[in-house]
Amino acid sequence: MTARWIRAALAGVAALSLALTGCGGADDEPSAGTGGRVTVFAAASLTETFTKLGKDYEAAHPGTKVVLNFAGSSALATQITQGAPADVFAAASPATMTTVTDAGDAAGTPAVLVRNQLVIAVPKGNPDRVAGLADLARPGVKVALCAEQVPCGTAARTALAAAGVRLTPATLEQDVKGALAKVKLGEVDAALVYRTDVRAAAELDAVEFPESARAVNDYPIVVLKHAGNPAGARAFVDHVRSDAGLAVLTAAGFQAPPNR
Amino acid sequence: MTRPARRRQRVPLALLLPAGLGLLFLVLPLAGLLVRAPWTTLPRRLAQPGVLTALRLSLETATAATLLCVALGVPLAWLLARVEFPGRRLVRALVTVPLVLPPVVGGVALLLVFGRRGLLGSWLDTTFGVSLPFTTAGVVLAEAFVAMPFLVIAVEGALRGADPRYEEAAATLGAGRWTTFTRVTLPLVAPGVAAGAVLCWARALGEFGATITFAGNYPGRTQTMPLAVYLALETDVQAAIVLSLILLTVSVAILAGLRDRWVGTA
Repeated sequence: MTARWIRAALAGVAALSLALTGCGGADDEPSAGTGGRVTVFAAASLTETFTKLGKDYEAAHPGTKVVLNFAGSSALATQITQGAPADVFAAASPATMTTVTDAGDAAGTPAVLVRNQLVIAVPKGNPDRVAGLADLARPGVKVALCAEQVPCGTAARTALAAAGVRLTPATLEQDVKGALAKVKLGEVDAALVYRTDVRAAAELDAVEFPESARAVNDYPIVVLKHAGNPAGARAFVDHVRSDAGLAVLTAAGFQAPPNR
Repeated sequence: MTRPARRRQRVPLALLLPAGLGLLFLVLPLAGLLVRAPWTTLPRRLAQPGVLTALRLSLETATAATLLCVALGVPLAWLLARVEFPGRRLVRALVTVPLVLPPVVGGVALLLVFGRRGLLGSWLDTTFGVSLPFTTAGVVLAEAFVAMPFLVIAVEGALRGADPRYEEAAATLGAGRWTTFTRVTLPLVAPGVAAGAVLCWARALGEFGATITFAGNYPGRTQTMPLAVYLALETDVQAAIVLSLILLTVSVAILAGLRDRWVGTA
């Protein structure tokens, strides 16, 4: 417990000091319109795409620095409502975003950035011949799911219920990357994760299943009310929602939102 | 009464101030837990089935891990304190590595050895059909891994502090090394063993990183209190505070109850 708490506390302190130095930096630089430091809290499943989008943004806006904090959306939402100094929040589900908007921590209405769907992640070559959700309930097949508290866990539960499949997972991981890691390490035979996570992992294959259409997750993004750099935050959100930004996200396996 | 008073006058402010700040820094977060605790809904929250399941699992695994540590750690401490052998300093350094190792790294290391594809784990799996990750035994293993150094260091310290003449006397009276160990050494260092076991138990109770990495998280099987706290924090801060409060109460109660008896004298 202590290690995690200390880590969370340190992350908070680090983020705070970053925000403080960010403010100081903005004073030094007269071009601070969209300059300075943008602190983005993003869902774990956005790790690869937002890292790339952050670099693109920095390249397009010289003198800026995008600081990314990836974790389970619910943990991030809790951190934000507890006062963590972030400029932008990108969540993996509307429910986790609601935590932030209900607390009055969002500036404006969240926009749906992309959508994501669950797949079954299996080791390359699918050694257990998993063809659908029903195969995960077979005896001897070890499965990792996300905990219900995080969006990928909620989606997994919805999909399993839609398929009428009951299974006892080996573990309920605290975020989607945790579930993914357990398949990569070979400790479980399969995990329910996002399509984008499997596409980013060369050693895994994705098994698509029809029930995942019932558990599509919208990814909302919003500028936060207490943003230290609101102009930079808006510019970053515009950047990821631009056609170029959306292209990066769809290339990774995300689906464009219905209105695009 | 007069001596402490005289001593207090001599405490320089340059030491007293940081000392007070240090104490405040340690105590304030705990006070925060108490202040923010949802006292009115506390009984209802405590009665939720998941809470007791996690608490029981925590107490059981911490106790099992402590027993494992005592069974293996006391002989190891004796070896380090009483037997001259080449590389003893290296062994002592190795024993303390889990103390400084981030627990998550310990969990990954455990997976690489005891995991299904691990060095020993794959053999255990194919030969005996035993798989340790995601089991309660895996939790015990993870907790023992991070907690054992506390016991070994405490017991070794007690052994070094114990007068070796008693053991020599036993030897001259014809007792073998085993008899000397069980009849003379062990009773002599019993307070040290107890102190080490308490520290070990407390560390095992609070274990998070190695547990969630190696044993995963499943209610009733591997979800100990610290894991429950972390996951509760994702959605329900109040629940997390309640769980933290329970863990704090249990730890403080055990330490306070045993301190005067054993830990203080060691």
